[in-house]
Amino acid sequence: MTSAEEHNSGGMGKDLVVYLCILALAGLQFVIAYQNIDASQMFVRMLLVALVEAGLALLFFMHLATEKRGFMWFVGIFTVFVLLALQYGWTDSFRMVSGVPWAK
Amino acid sequence: MSQADLTMEGPSAGLTAGPAFSVPTKKLAMWVFIIADTATFAACLVAYGFVRNATPNWPRPFHSITNVAVMTFILITSSLTMLMGVRAARAGNKAGALRWTFITAAGGIIFALLHIHEWLVLIDEGMRLFKNPWGTGLFGASFFSITGLHLTHVTGGVIALIAVGIRYKGGRYKADDLEILGLYWHFVDLVWMFVVPMVYLLNLAH
Repeated sequence: MTSAEEHNSGGMGKDLVVYLCILALAGLQFVIAYQNIDASQMFVRMLLVALVEAGLALLFFMHLATEKRGFMWFVGIFTVFVLLALQYGWTDSFRMVSGVPWAK
Repeated sequence: MSQADLTMEGPSAGLTAGPAFSVPTKKLAMWVFIIADTATFAACLVAYGFVRNATPNWPRPFHSITNVAVMTFILITSSLTMLMGVRAARAGNKAGALRWTFITAAGGIIFALLHIHEWLVLIDEGMRLFKNPWGTGLFGASFFSITGLHLTHVTGGVIALIAVGIRYKGGRYKADDLEILGLYWHFVDLVWMFVVPMVYLLNLAH
């Protein structure tokens, strides 16, 4: 069975369930926006929800779940590496706003 | 040993044995593009987060979530209609595939119009690339560049949906081509899932 045939075998029902899950998670982000919490907590919660949403879209809408295992690793490793490599500067953004302890 | 023998039997024989990961070449190319585009959007969003975190007087100009909620609903729903189009194409239902592809394109057009409307409202309130009435001027530059980049992707996607749809109808493209375009469209949807919380929801005026 090819990957195309595999992802067709799930039926429209699975797509609808994934769609409703993503829609509900998107709604949850809007609910979080009105919670009485500080910005950093809000950011973490929204980011976690967005990651779950993105995972569902990748696995089921983009059919990564039914691709070959080696291909999943290829996409995953490259993407995660790029995303992690972008995170090195955060301490500097805190330094800019608070000035310590990296300012000197 | 001839060059042909080397190619067929030598150490490089694997290079011509078939597509990498048994994924069709066009599909692999789209995935590589998506990975590269992920880096582009991630760089923009990380730079935005960096600036926002380091700027005390960051503006919070959004009073209503209605427009962005409707935009989100339309974009996620257009991903579903894209899936339906690919499914119809795989089932050999050409008319159905074309109908769903054009419905997806229509969703993209509505999304783009709502997006432009939102821009115009903000511009009307005094927001420009490097200044605004609420706080640091960096907000306009980051807002317009991130949402503009996404809007460009949506616009490009709509054009591609119409072009591929027409060529699919004419028999030049197949279901595989629709599926590959679908990957791009889902990616545009996926990026929006990160743009909404970072650019809109964290900047709501409470």
